[in-house]
Amino acid sequence: MIRVLHRWPGLLALVLVTVLALSGAALSIFPAAERLSAPQAEAGLRVAELATRIQVAYPGVEQIRRAPSGRITAYWFDQGTPGAAVIDPATGQGVASADPNQTVRWLTNLHRSLFLGDGGRIAMALGAAAMLVLSVSGVALVARRVGGWRHWFAPLRGPLAGRLHVEIARIAVLGLMLSSTTALWMTASTFDLLPDGGAVPTFPNEVSGEMGATISDLATLATTPVADLRELSFPYPDDPTDVFTLKTDHGTGYLDQGNGALLVWADLTGWDRVSETIYMLHTGQGAAMLGLVLGLMALGLPAMGATGVLIWLTGRRGRPRIRGNQSAARAETILLVGSEGGSTWGFAATLHAALTDAGQSVHTAPMSTFAPDRYARADRIIVLASTYGDGASPASANGFLDRLAALDHAPKAPLAVLGFGDRNFPAYCAFAKAVSAAAEAKGWSELIPFDTVDRQSPQDFVRWGRALGQAMGLDLELVHQPAVPATETLTLISRRDYGAEVQVPTAILRFALPRATLWKRLSGAGFARFNAGDLIGILPEGSPVPRLYSLASARRDGFVEIVVRKHPGGLGSSQLTALEPGERVAAFLRRNPGFQPGRGSAPLILIGAGTGIGPLAGFVRGNARRRPIHLFFGMRHPDSDFFYGEEMRAWQQEGRLSRLVTAVSRGGRPRYVQDAVRDDAAEVARLVRNGARVLVCGGRDMAAGVSDALVEILAPVGLTPAVLKAEGRYVEDVY
Amino acid sequence: MKSLLATLALTTALTLPGYAMARPVTLTTQLNNYRGDGAYLALYVSDSSGAYVGSLWMAGGKSKYYEHLTDWYRATGGDPAQVNGITGASVGAGRSLEITLDLADALFDAGYTLHIDAAVEDMRDSPNEVAVPLTTDGAGTPVSGRRYIASFTYDM
Repeated sequence: MIRVLHRWPGLLALVLVTVLALSGAALSIFPAAERLSAPQAEAGLRVAELATRIQVAYPGVEQIRRAPSGRITAYWFDQGTPGAAVIDPATGQGVASADPNQTVRWLTNLHRSLFLGDGGRIAMALGAAAMLVLSVSGVALVARRVGGWRHWFAPLRGPLAGRLHVEIARIAVLGLMLSSTTALWMTASTFDLLPDGGAVPTFPNEVSGEMGATISDLATLATTPVADLRELSFPYPDDPTDVFTLKTDHGTGYLDQGNGALLVWADLTGWDRVSETIYMLHTGQGAAMLGLVLGLMALGLPAMGATGVLIWLTGRRGRPRIRGNQSAARAETILLVGSEGGSTWGFAATLHAALTDAGQSVHTAPMSTFAPDRYARADRIIVLASTYGDGASPASANGFLDRLAALDHAPKAPLAVLGFGDRNFPAYCAFAKAVSAAAEAKGWSELIPFDTVDRQSPQDFVRWGRALGQAMGLDLELVHQPAVPATETLTLISRRDYGAEVQVPTAILRFALPRATLWKRLSGAGFARFNAGDLIGILPEGSPVPRLYSLASARRDGFVEIVVRKHPGGLGSSQLTALEPGERVAAFLRRNPGFQPGRGSAPLILIGAGTGIGPLAGFVRGNARRRPIHLFFGMRHPDSDFFYGEEMRAWQQEGRLSRLVTAVSRGGRPRYVQDAVRDDAAEVARLVRNGARVLVCGGRDMAAGVSDALVEILAPVGLTPAVLKAEGRYVEDVY
Repeated sequence: MKSLLATLALTTALTLPGYAMARPVTLTTQLNNYRGDGAYLALYVSDSSGAYVGSLWMAGGKSKYYEHLTDWYRATGGDPAQVNGITGASVGAGRSLEITLDLADALFDAGYTLHIDAAVEDMRDSPNEVAVPLTTDGAGTPVSGRRYIASFTYDM
């Protein structure tokens, strides 16, 4: 619900809000510039003294105004000709033109009304209202994403667009809320919807009828500091019924031009004070620094608009359309999805369609929207959950466990949990298991027992579907063909073969970059933007299930490179390693933002064996900034499967690679890569203590061995791989 | 053509001898190019003693800004009822405002004066920008304003 409140105002008002933000940011500069350029009155100067100085210089002076910036302007008539100037209060002489700045006027009219009068003002007010709705809903979304208010500034994970969006938002949102609220107040005030304004006192009925008091005779002016002055108007020449009119920060009054007495005084009303404060907060007039800060924050808005649209487009692409989705309040079956990359959504769509065909009303939504009090008519709740990393909640399930734990009692509708994962990983379906365990602990009744789907297996899904159908009294056939992302065609340009002598036939395959359309280049979709460590999915002929490989190159290298070992009987690897230059494969890109060296200049410790060297070599090749990199590389025999052996030497000479440590597992003194790490314990511990990041890529056994070795190595310095993982300084890409 | 006669009588409770006689009068206000936003203009009449008699036209729709039409505001206390039904849009720089009203014959050659107060956002307030006696002889003779009004004419 909050997401909807965020998405649609954002997309609909994008242009309006962008115009508001850019013009507002531009306008924010002027109060500061005026504050700096305007000659300021000396401290303690009184209005009487200032007015006398000006009257000496301009005997026909009619009015003196002081802007919140301290700028003083005088208006006069000289032999029937109107004149005006910015005044230096020290001399009373004009120093600059008082004409309004035409740029400010243009920007102001654009900002408040698009040059369209009252209709434009209302449109811009709607824009401000959209900005407020976006801010409030955005705050709720950020709080949910980072896991609560206390973690407002917690580090973020996930794709770049989403991270940027939140990074900007959590700083700028305060300013945007202030600017949009004050904008709405000011619009209401302009349209007379607020009881402010009109604090002008009634003109006195009786005046002395005399003339000729000099300014120094006016006691009120002699006690009013210039810092409080807003406006002083002189009486018309030769009109004995007229008076001096004085406006200050406190109110308005009339002074007799004969005896100098204060005839009437009216203080500002509370409403006026509030409106003036709001005007100051919005325009920065009288608060120039705040204005600049607000302007800077407003500049974040176009960036948030662009990243917001990208997030929306990515989400649409990665998620299949759910047809006929019912509202949460009306549905009999609630289907909650916890998905990181989007594949679980495909299963959810199949289940949704099958249940809908069977006459059920189904509400399908991300697990993060879990709100049992809204499920008024639910007979059952089904959770389909994948796992992020080592058992963490996937992106679309953030906050689910916390909300479940916070419930007083479990929902009445019974629960079915289906986990999605890969049995090759130790944390197989760990998040789904955690959900199931938490539900049991709450006493939530079970619809059917917990089950899992291994590597998107259609068979597993069918089996579970039958069990679900039985429990519901339906005949449920769940035929799910995993949705294949749109692929592009890659042409092999070269291959290098290794490892045949040591029974690991392996090829480094280099493909030409596919041509990117302009849209792809702008949006960074597909192969228009990728880094070493991202994944490439290859669809082998004869199977709809893609095979994933880690990329050993980045877009700026100008080619797509992977390291593939031929597995006996492996469909994908056999086809790939049989490719000859000029031949093609269908492939798609899957981002892997978790496995990146990250920014900064802290040293990197890269540990890999076999084909796991691929992304690590890619990181070294891309190390143009000469960040210290220590590479531990395990192989079978240096004469056979030393992948990138020639390049390594060149990279060391160029300073891209600080140190290379190899471990050879065949021959006289067999060693694995974790042994090499252990032999280097002191140096590794020193590097980690100084902030180094550890990236491990390779088989599961190797990764486990490396982790064990690091436990031993880091114990003396009081660290563990788990602590490093929590800090994001220890990441693995394991297959 | 706007019928102002009734309005004038109603808003001011003014009794003008013989005011059944009325004629259409066209008021033309040409603004000069003062390089600012649209001007608020108040057109009103005072009698021979200088007392406010009634308003003829208000160019500018937001009553919160009327206080900048200083003299008109002082005379009326800023009462928006004074310009109820005779209010139009503000007038842009370099543009002209032309209104035609039925004015009582008795307003002419009897010491009445037509005043225009003008105000522009972020620029000086200009009360009494124009003050012209209403006479049959003066009809058709342009007078210039002090700051914003290039010329003002009333034609009968």
